[in-house]
Order: sequence, then structure tokens, then C-alpha cells
Amino acid sequence: MQFLLFFPEITNRVPGGPVKSISVALATFVLFAAGCAEETEDKGSVAFESRYEGLAAQTTLITGATILTGTGDRLENADLLLVDGKIAEIGADLSMDDADIVDATGKWVTPGVIDVHSHLGVYASPGTQSHSDGNEVTSPVTAEVWAEHAVWPNDPGFTTALAGGVTAMQILPGSANLIGGRGVTLKNVPGRNVMDMKFPGAPHGLKMACGENPKRVYGGRGQAPATRMGNVAGYRSAWIDAAEYRDKMKAAENGQGEMPKRDLKLETLVGVLEGEIIVHNHCYRADEMSVMLEIAEEFDYKVGTFHHAVEAYKIADLLAEADTCSAVWADWWGFKMEAFDGIRENAAILDQAGACTVIHSDSGIGIQRLNQESAKVMGAAARVGMDIPPESAIRWITANAAKSLGIAEQTGTLEAGKMGDVVVWDGNPFSVYSKAERVYIDGALAFERGNDDVNPVTDFTLGTAAAAGGAQ
Amino acid sequence: MNRFITVIALFAVSLPASAGPTAIVNGKVHTVGPQGTIENGTVLIVDGRIAAVGSDVVVPEGAETIDAGGKIVTPGLFSPYGHLGLVEVSSSAGPVDYSQRGEQFTASFDVADAYNPRSTLIPINRIEGVTRAVIAPSPGYPDETGSGHIIAGLAAIVNLGDDDFLDQRAAAMVVVLGEGGASLSGGTRTGAWLMLRNALNEALDYREHKGDFERGMRREYTHSMTDLDALQGVINGNVPVIVSIDRASDIEVLLKLVNEYSINAIITGGSEAWMLADELAAARIPVIVGPTANLPGNFDRINARLGTASILAAAGVKIAIADSDARTHNARNMTQSAGNAVAYGLDWDSALRAITLTPAEIFGMAASTGSLEVGKAADVVIWPGDPLELTNYPDAVFINGESIPMVSRQTLLRDRYLQSDKPPAYRD
Repeated sequence: MQFLLFFPEITNRVPGGPVKSISVALATFVLFAAGCAEETEDKGSVAFESRYEGLAAQTTLITGATILTGTGDRLENADLLLVDGKIAEIGADLSMDDADIVDATGKWVTPGVIDVHSHLGVYASPGTQSHSDGNEVTSPVTAEVWAEHAVWPNDPGFTTALAGGVTAMQILPGSANLIGGRGVTLKNVPGRNVMDMKFPGAPHGLKMACGENPKRVYGGRGQAPATRMGNVAGYRSAWIDAAEYRDKMKAAENGQGEMPKRDLKLETLVGVLEGEIIVHNHCYRADEMSVMLEIAEEFDYKVGTFHHAVEAYKIADLLAEADTCSAVWADWWGFKMEAFDGIRENAAILDQAGACTVIHSDSGIGIQRLNQESAKVMGAAARVGMDIPPESAIRWITANAAKSLGIAEQTGTLEAGKMGDVVVWDGNPFSVYSKAERVYIDGALAFERGNDDVNPVTDFTLGTAAAAGGAQ
Repeated sequence: MNRFITVIALFAVSLPASAGPTAIVNGKVHTVGPQGTIENGTVLIVDGRIAAVGSDVVVPEGAETIDAGGKIVTPGLFSPYGHLGLVEVSSSAGPVDYSQRGEQFTASFDVADAYNPRSTLIPINRIEGVTRAVIAPSPGYPDETGSGHIIAGLAAIVNLGDDDFLDQRAAAMVVVLGEGGASLSGGTRTGAWLMLRNALNEALDYREHKGDFERGMRREYTHSMTDLDALQGVINGNVPVIVSIDRASDIEVLLKLVNEYSINAIITGGSEAWMLADELAAARIPVIVGPTANLPGNFDRINARLGTASILAAAGVKIAIADSDARTHNARNMTQSAGNAVAYGLDWDSALRAITLTPAEIFGMAASTGSLEVGKAADVVIWPGDPLELTNYPDAVFINGESIPMVSRQTLLRDRYLQSDKPPAYRD
């Protein structure tokens, strides 16, 4: 019985979490033991599960727009219908009784923007020491910590990101540690706690970090890792521990030996080995990313996404072959040695090589304009003959980002049956002058430019310019 | 390594000497000067300067003619604040020459001597239109004992050409106040104001009693003679003070202090400056605005918002535009900053002015650069379309009339990795 709960792939999945991490199953077990979790079939009965309910959805018909579907298509003078929080239909001359009609003539419609790399809530504004909750800089491997346990829902950055069309994002721990802990994917709606915001069914991420940051932080204290060699030894040691833990549990399941004591760190790592937690690996240099792919090979896990990946363009073919996404900036470079070779065409070269390409922010300001970051890449690519049309580039901040986070089945494109996560832009989203005019999350109008009746205001910003709409 | 050095050396010799006149014809010329915008305009460059601008300019025989093909022609971009040429890599990779630890040097700390015109940052930014830049010391940080100083030192103005790059030393004095100043002066903003007042008072006393001081007949100062010498320009009103300040209440104190000491101030940061737009206009204090800085990064910026540029401009405040991340490695992104200012209310012409002529005016350079006017330095950029649009990068850049090679370390990396014929190390 115990073991069945540890390994959900051989038992019934607990509803409410399509991708069940071992740790969540463990939490279930703990609750069982306490005799207070008899309702395993009920959503919300598992600790830290999503309690996202969404805003009140309206039946909405958006008409006459230029639609970038996120699947690679561009539709002109097209309509999009939202029913029951989902995308019901896309096409020409749609109609629906009792729908709110949004005349989007001359406007552009895209899937909701998704940022795979944010620290909103864990490095919240104001950026005081009191709000510094993203790096558990006490040990190089802290797989046991979860970003969601520190997310402050009143970070004003959530609402400004919403005004930039962001409907979902992954909140990650920082990059001080080799293994920094679990990331969490959120819907960009206000909540009283993080559970209210958690994207239903999204897998956890595991933040890992290459290069300068871990070795600087720990080397500076005279402890390992002090070099990139030490970094790699640190990852490998952690995976050896995880594999041993997994093997002991499996053996115990077969009646051999005792079930090991629950270990928060190792159960997260086992979640990766079991393919249920997605690796998000901060890594800049091409050579280091290549080494990380070797480690993944050695321990039989997959690197889901390299984050920052400033030199990804040097190994675009390897990344395409590994089916590993690269989440990059348009043009950040030079702030440290491993960022010295950044070029604006990075994303474009990856895209042309067939590698999964994502534009990310890592910034409370940048997250508000992921469309603009994409546009800079498009323009740079065009200079060297790489023509990347809007219908392709939009995928960097929608469909490909959804793939990176393991939520592509639910969102990221405008296809019938998917979540009604939609942005209406007042023009071509790749123009510096264009702004998100309306943002729908699960079919509910979550943001409407200039409409105080619709737009959320965080507790923190009450009484400020932001509350008066000035920050949006 | 040798190959890299070779490439750099090639840069140094590949610039064409300023030969005869150059005429850029058939451009949509945004002069940012009294001539406004000229359709089918010509910009004539002679001896590094603009010799003529207009729709009926006679191109002299033998002039090199560049047909802009109806594209946009603007003045070069003037970066209003940053650290170009003072840093290669910001962290853990050698000196960062704009940030002095402790309080050994304050007002006399002059970044001009550290400027490197061969920095990789220079080509990367100039091929995207940046032709002049204010290079500034940053507020620095306290030393191991916690000592620091709110006076960071002297900024300079450079052009991003290869020769005669130093336009002006001691173009401004940089001072940090508010929360940043508090951290350098014992933990309070009052401490920061006292530190500034003390420096100004000592500079005034020194001015009046320099002879006595040198004869040992005047009290000791807390600042060195070199620092007090450097402050003379400030108290004489010749050197403006760039004040890093955000909170409205701090700006109110600044308004009084500027009046009291008759000094000229320029605000950078200015998150809450929009709340005092009329007062700043009346006091003729310009603001270097970051149009996208709408988050309350600290309690000094609690009323940060979008639209600051347009609110200040409407009140008559002189504004220069560059977001904080568009000031050094990516100074080139000041066009994006300006575009965002337009998205939130600033008119387009004012936005272009805020990245060209207005910063030149703020720093006393408008007589020689900042607009396409006869007699000014020929800092000219040809764009394929709207320069504020994200997808448009310059086709050609001239600095002091010199045509800039459109090559940077980044374009070399790009071009190397767009090839696949040989292993990377053997490609161009």
C-alpha cells in the first residue's frame, strides 16, 4: 500500500493532478496516516494542490481579428469564440447567441503569453531583503525547497505582467545553487495564496544551475563547488543519491528491505528520474550545456529546457536532437563572462535549426514585454536573411513556452478545446507601440486596458499610482 | 586568441579616412532641428560636419553619394547616462571602472581616464545608432568598513568613433541620494543630505579661503584638495550634478537645495518625478527617464508608473530617455525605451528628440551635436524604417562624418555560426 502511493504510475492517478509527482503522493500518504485524507478522489484533498478556480468566464465572440494561432498559422479577418472557459471555435463569420461581442477589427489576437522564467512572488517588489525568497543559499543542493512555498501573491509584478498579456508563468528558485528546488507554474490571476494561482495539472519544474553562480557563491565560502568541475561533481553526486533512494523504494515494494525514510530532497530528484518533474537548467555556455546533456544521459533523465542559454546558437543542432528547449533573452549579454557571447540572433538560429525556442524574461519589467523581445530577434534575423514571420515568432512566447512547462495540452495555442487564454492586442504585437488591450484567462476577462472595474489591484499597491492604473 | 587580436587590429585600420564630401540623398530626414522633417532630403557631410541639409541641396561634384532610397535619416543617438567603455564584463571578470569602492576618491574621481574606445561594447552599440554617450561613475558601494560616499565623481562625454573620442571631461558630477544615498552615508537619507551639504559647504569655504588653507591658516576639511577642486565647477554652476533620486519627498528637498546653492541638477531615476512635474519644469531640472520602470523596486519608487515621460514633457520638463538596462551593454536599446514612451503618451517627435538633441542640450553639447543642422558634427544614422520600431536596425552610421563599419564582435559571432562548412574555430 505504501509503495503504491509512492509510484503513481502503477496505481490510479490522484485526480486534480494529471502529473503526480512522487512527493505529492507522499503527502497523500502522510495525510492517510493521519487519518484525515479519506477523500482521495476530491480535488483539493492533497496538500499544496491547485485550488485555482478561475475568474467568472463569459461567452465571448471576438470578431474580425488578425489571429496568430500559435500553431504556426495566421488568420485574417477571423473570429474566435470562447465558451465555458475554453476556446470553442476559430473561423470566419462565427456567431453565438448571448455572447459578448468584441469587435477586434484591425486588432491582433494571440494565445496568452507564457513566461517560463519568472521570480515574481519569490523576489517580489519592493525588492527588500525581506522579500529575498528565491535562493536558499545554504547548501549547493536544495532540491527539497519549493518556490511555491515562498510566492507572495501581492507582488505588484503579477498585475503589471497581466497588462503585458501574460496568462501563465513558471516561478523558479534562483540560480545560486546547483539544484535550487522546485518551480511552480501559475495562472496569472489574483489569489490569497499560491494554491489559488497554481496552474491545474502543471508538472513541477526543477531548477538547476550551471556555471558561475554556484561556484561563486559556494567557492567564495571556501566550500564546494568552487569550480565548474565541482559543479558537475555536485550534480552527479545528487543523482547517485537519488537513484539509490529510488532503488531502495522499489526494492521495498518488492518486499526487500525497509522503505527508506521520506526525504524531501531525494523525492524531488526521483521525480525527475521518473519523468514527472521537468528539469529547467540555468546554463549559458555551449560547452556546459553539452556537459549537462551528458549528465542527463548518465542518469537517464531529460533536460527539459536550458534557461538563458546565451550560447545555444553554437549547439543548435545538439539541442534540436535532444529535444531540449532553450529559453533565451533577446539581447542580454556581457553582465558576466558566461554571457559574453550573447547575440541577438540566438533565438532565430535555434528556431531555424528546428530546436524548441522560447523567449523568457527573468525580470519583472521584461515579462511585461515578451512580445517586444521577440520582435527584436525577428528584426535581427531578417538582417541576415532569416525571415521569421509573426505567426512563427509568436510561438516563442506561447506554444513553445507551454511545451517547456509541460502544459501544451491545455494551453499555448488557439485551438478548440484548449483553455481560453487569449490576448487581444491593439495592433501587431511585434510593434513597440502595440499593447495588450484585453487579456482572457480561462475565458474570463482578466484585464481590460483602462478599465478599473476589471483590472486587479494588489493589496500592496492600494493607494499608489499603480492602483490608479498608472503602472499598466 | 591571435585570430581575435587580428580581427581587432583589422577594425582599427578599416575605417575610411574622411576623404571628400559625402552626400546622403533621397532620405526622409528627421533633422530634430528647426528644419523639421524633410521628405526627399539630402544631408551633405564635409570635413566631418554637416555642410547642408535640405530638399534642394546641391551635391558637389566628386562627393560620395549614398542613396537612402526614401529611408529614414536621423541624428545619431545620444546615450544620456551609462558606462560605455568603462566595462567589458560586469561581474567577476576584471575591473569595473565606473565603480569605486570606499571614499578614498569622491568628486575628483574622473572616469574619462579609464575609457576604452576599443571596448567590444563600442561597435556593438554604435552599429545600432549610438554615436555619443555620457559615461558616468556609478554611486559605487561601501568598503569593508562600511564607508562610502554619495558623490561618485565626474562623468565625461564621448563619441563612439575611433579617434578624438573624448568630447568633454567633467561634463557632470554624479551624486546618489534617497535610499541609495542612505546606504552610503550611515543608513539614513538625512545622512546623505548632510554629506552633500558638507561637501558643498567645504567647496564654498575652500573657494573663499584657498590661500589661507594652503598656508595652514584655515580649518581642515573632510574632503581632499583634489575633491574640493573638482567641486568648484559644481558650486560655480558650470558642472551640472546628475542626481540619482526617485522619491517625491527627496526631490522636494533637492528643489530647495538647488536653489540654496545655485547649482544645476539633472535627475536620473526619477520614479516619482511625475508627481512634481510642474515644479521641476519651473526649476529647469531635466530628468533622464526610464519609460518602462513601473515597478516599486523599493519604497522610494512606490509610485513608479508608465507614462512618466509624457507627463514630464507635457509640463515642460526636458527629458532624455533610456531605461536602466539601455545604458551600457545595451545602450542601443534606447530606441526601444523611446518607443515605449510613445506607447504611453509621448509624441513621436519628442521621443526622437529625447534620444538625440535633448540629451545633447542637457549636457551642453547641443551646439555641436544632437541634430542635423549645418555646422554640427555629422553624426547621422540611416534606418530602414521607424527607428523606434523593434525590428529596424540601422543600415549605416556616421560619427563625425566617418562611415562606421557595420561590424561588431557580435556580428562576427553570428556570421561564424551561420556557416557550417568547417568546424567553428576555422570559420571566419
